[in-house]
Amino acid sequence: MQQVTNRNLTTRFLFLGLFFLITIPASLFAQDEDLVKGKALFNTNCAACHSLDKKLTGPALRGVEAKLSDEQGLDRDWIYAWIRNSSAVIKSGDAYAVKIYAEYNNAAMTPLPQLSDEDINNILAYTAQEKAAPVAGSEAITQTDEQSTSGISKELILGALAILFLLLAFGLYLVNKTLRRIAFANNIEVPVSEKTLWQAFVKNQFLILVVSIFFLLASAYFAFGYFMQLGIDQGYQPVQPIHFSHKIHAGDNKIDCKYCHSSARVSKTSGIPSLNVCMNCHKSIFEYNGETTAEYTKEYYDTEINKLYAAVGWDDAEQQYTGETQPVKWVRIHNLPDFVYYNHSQHVSVAGLECQTCHGPIEEMEEVYQYSPLTMVWCLDCHKKTNINTKGNEYYAKIHEQLSKNYGVDNFTVKENGGLECGKCHY
Amino acid sequence: MKSLIKILIVAVMVVSVFSCKNDKVPNYQFFPQMYESAGYETYGGYEVFPGEQSAMIPAEGTIARGHTLFEYVNTNEDYERAKLELMSPLDSTQIDLVKGKELYDIYCGICHGNKGNGQGNLVKREKILGIPNYVDREITEGSIYHTIYYGKNAMGSHANQINEEERWQVVAYVLKLREDL
Repeated sequence: MQQVTNRNLTTRFLFLGLFFLITIPASLFAQDEDLVKGKALFNTNCAACHSLDKKLTGPALRGVEAKLSDEQGLDRDWIYAWIRNSSAVIKSGDAYAVKIYAEYNNAAMTPLPQLSDEDINNILAYTAQEKAAPVAGSEAITQTDEQSTSGISKELILGALAILFLLLAFGLYLVNKTLRRIAFANNIEVPVSEKTLWQAFVKNQFLILVVSIFFLLASAYFAFGYFMQLGIDQGYQPVQPIHFSHKIHAGDNKIDCKYCHSSARVSKTSGIPSLNVCMNCHKSIFEYNGETTAEYTKEYYDTEINKLYAAVGWDDAEQQYTGETQPVKWVRIHNLPDFVYYNHSQHVSVAGLECQTCHGPIEEMEEVYQYSPLTMVWCLDCHKKTNINTKGNEYYAKIHEQLSKNYGVDNFTVKENGGLECGKCHY
Repeated sequence: MKSLIKILIVAVMVVSVFSCKNDKVPNYQFFPQMYESAGYETYGGYEVFPGEQSAMIPAEGTIARGHTLFEYVNTNEDYERAKLELMSPLDSTQIDLVKGKELYDIYCGICHGNKGNGQGNLVKREKILGIPNYVDREITEGSIYHTIYYGKNAMGSHANQINEEERWQVVAYVLKLREDL
């Protein structure tokens, strides 16, 4: 009989092995699933006010369960009650609940009665995780290396060419010198022209006339070019007190221009957003987590966010305003002369133009520069070719119809509506 | 040798003329006194103003033309009071959902999602988290208006970006989104 049991031993081991193979990863997987669910629930329900490691509107929550049971002797049931209806716990006179409510400026936590015990367990499992070690940013470095090599190769080629030409010139000079020395040694007289090139040139009056006309024309051309670009600041790209990247905000995150420049809709100026508009997002976003390059690192951007906090007087550790503010002296880029009237709302709200029509690809600009020349010719060119959208404007339907008939056009442009009148912009 | 020096001088001059183009500083102007405003400009910096800013906060206790007094303050009690009492001054003929959508998509959709499901672009990119779906929140006209006006928890006030009438248009649109969800 013993032999019979022994005969099955190997198969038993196999089955045992199979059992472990199936159960162990499954249990590991189940744990991961809890964490994933916990993370999703945390992000939708809690993350507006809580972070794992940082005090926000509410306290940091990493290891909150262990902390509560160690320091306050509160069990999971207390947490269930608190999460589902914190104000009821406060009203019941629970000492810790009253204390934490007062500590966080009486900010009431939104009751979350829809969360089941299992949901809350998952969230707690997520908050109980250890903090992951930071991963070295090796990817970013390799990327920038690739980019810089192409730039170097171009410069290398140019430099090599310049050196080649210099060597050539030097070679010619040497050859000339040696030949002369050989001629001298062999007593051969090198014919020396009586007139130098300059003397020949001075004596040829026709040549002088042609050259001086050419010279005058050329200098007139350059002088005209220089004076015409005076007062035009196309390409002007000043250094701003805080490095605000339009590429990150308008490009990567697709925040509408008018979110920050809200007065472009309704007023003459496009509006420099006051710092409370920045804080609408940067109260929560205290660090940069996007793409980085060698020049613009995470540390670089984080310093810029801290500049904002310093200016608006926000204490990020305590999550409150200190009241000590200082103005940010932004440098104005687009300047129209004082004798020109320009109104943003007329162009943005009435005409419905995109900001990019005049300001160029703002959403790609790390640092903003002046894209358009902002000259009168530039304004008028656009007024001449832009059709006015008269649809849905019944109040003026009759006058629009008459104007089109008068000018003999189907779609009349800004020009036909008086867009070229001097007094429209100069008064 | 003399000609070499001459060539060098010309080269230096040419290079110096072209290198004058510096994009970090503004260009020269013909008549600066015609270009620069004599009056104070919007967002200008002048010594006469506190903090050298011409952009100033309205004097305390004053109400700007076209604005009205909002009699609810920024507390939890007044939020609850607004939730129960505060009603939109717009009647059904004045509600313009097209305008409401336009404003909502600019000012709210970036976090709350253009459908109001809490999945705006900033949430999808995990920049800002924990934006609720409107369905999951007990909200009324009054509470939405109070929240736009003062903000709530991590959300800041949007009162300076949209005016009173526009806020009510957005409120109407939020309620419509909530119904559609």
